[in-house]
Amino acid sequence: MTVLLFYLTAALAVFATVVALTRANAAHALIYLILSLLAVAVMFFMLGAPFAAALEVLIYAGAIMVLFVFVIMMLNLGDAGEEQERGWLDARLWIVPGLLTTVLLVEMLLVFGESGVTTSGHSVSPKEVGISLYGPYVLAVELASMLLMAALVGAYHVARRFIDRPGDI
Amino acid sequence: MTELSTTLFGLLIIGAAVGGAAVLTWFERRLLGIWQDRYGPNRLGPFGIFQVLADMLKLLTKDDWVPPFADRFVFILAPTVIVIVMMLGFAVIPFGPELQVIDLNIGLLFFLGMSSLAVYSVLLGGLASNNKYALLGGLRSAAQMVSYEVFMGLSLMGVVMLAGSFSLRDIVLAQEGLWYCIPQFLGLVTFTIAGIAESHRLPFDLPEAEHELTAGFHTEYGGMKFAMFMLGEYVGLILICCMMTVLFFGGWMGPLLPPIVWFCIKVFVLICFFVLLRAAIPRPRYDQLMGLGWKYMLPLTLINLLFTGAFLLVMES
Repeated sequence: MTVLLFYLTAALAVFATVVALTRANAAHALIYLILSLLAVAVMFFMLGAPFAAALEVLIYAGAIMVLFVFVIMMLNLGDAGEEQERGWLDARLWIVPGLLTTVLLVEMLLVFGESGVTTSGHSVSPKEVGISLYGPYVLAVELASMLLMAALVGAYHVARRFIDRPGDI
Repeated sequence: MTELSTTLFGLLIIGAAVGGAAVLTWFERRLLGIWQDRYGPNRLGPFGIFQVLADMLKLLTKDDWVPPFADRFVFILAPTVIVIVMMLGFAVIPFGPELQVIDLNIGLLFFLGMSSLAVYSVLLGGLASNNKYALLGGLRSAAQMVSYEVFMGLSLMGVVMLAGSFSLRDIVLAQEGLWYCIPQFLGLVTFTIAGIAESHRLPFDLPEAEHELTAGFHTEYGGMKFAMFMLGEYVGLILICCMMTVLFFGGWMGPLLPPIVWFCIKVFVLICFFVLLRAAIPRPRYDQLMGLGWKYMLPLTLINLLFTGAFLLVMES
């Protein structure tokens, strides 16, 4: 039963991603992308990683994609943007990326065919994630926090320049 | 609980949430009336309770109109999102020692995830309406909700540290001796403010500020679709009050009365408090709202986290 549900969710995620790629309307594409992220979250949950699933919803679907929608609203492209997008979505453009992805897909199927896809059946609790994050992976956490800090300072600096020169706005 | 009874219980909660939200529309107006020294809707039936039915009839019989210039698919999708995610949020709430749809070990994160998905409703509604007022309302709400989400999550981490779990059941059980509203007072204050901002209720209803944006994101909405937005808002209010009860006021715990009664009493008192806030506090300006969030609330939650962490370390050693 769980296996069946898993493949159903996986198929949903793939389908939503494909639709997201081929939409000319940016808002519609984003909605499908959000759907794809939610499907991935459900897959994480089924694979025994509820914490990763929650973070996928919270961070990707709930925060990052909101900012994407925010940008689309700011630009407010309308019908002109849709027309332009339609011109860019040429069928010939898909050939090379499609071939490259097929190679990856075949490789993945071969690897999975050798080792067999198994989940350990063990559900990883939030506590275990925390312990391993601040144990063996503490360096990665620190590096990521430094990167975020740099981004924050950078964003603050960019916004600040406008305030210092009131004539700019 | 068996699978069947869990399903029935889930349906019961959904029914109770919708019914509660409907009655709340009338109750809030009466209560606001009392606090503002006027009557409120008092004509239909005893105390005006049938006003709920009248409002429902009115909304159901209105023409369900989609403006020709709107993006039809997104326009219809937007109001359903908020109702669905708010209803899903109830799945992890423990109403009593045995009364819970599912006890996830990431229960708190599930709630936060659902409330962060609720942003889309307002955002997409504003975007799909193809209307300047709606767009501005949607933009504001995106900025407001993303900023307030940041410390909504952080304000709850103190509770998680004290209880040592994300499971809401464990959090309630950990409050056996002392409710977390005392050791986590800063957390409670910041969570309350973030909760109002997340459900965009009156002091913080800038996304639909009628004095400048007509009705904000739902300017173009009418009939049942408008009712869905309102339903989502009131269900969200009940959900936030349930979360506050669970996280800070000991959930179902209390002497003498059965657990579920205690739970309902606490939620009811909190809802009255939220209505009082609406009656008593004027709406801030938009820049004041954002300033409050980033300059005061975020540092407060960080200080709270720092002290809670230090306290726990001292207690352990």
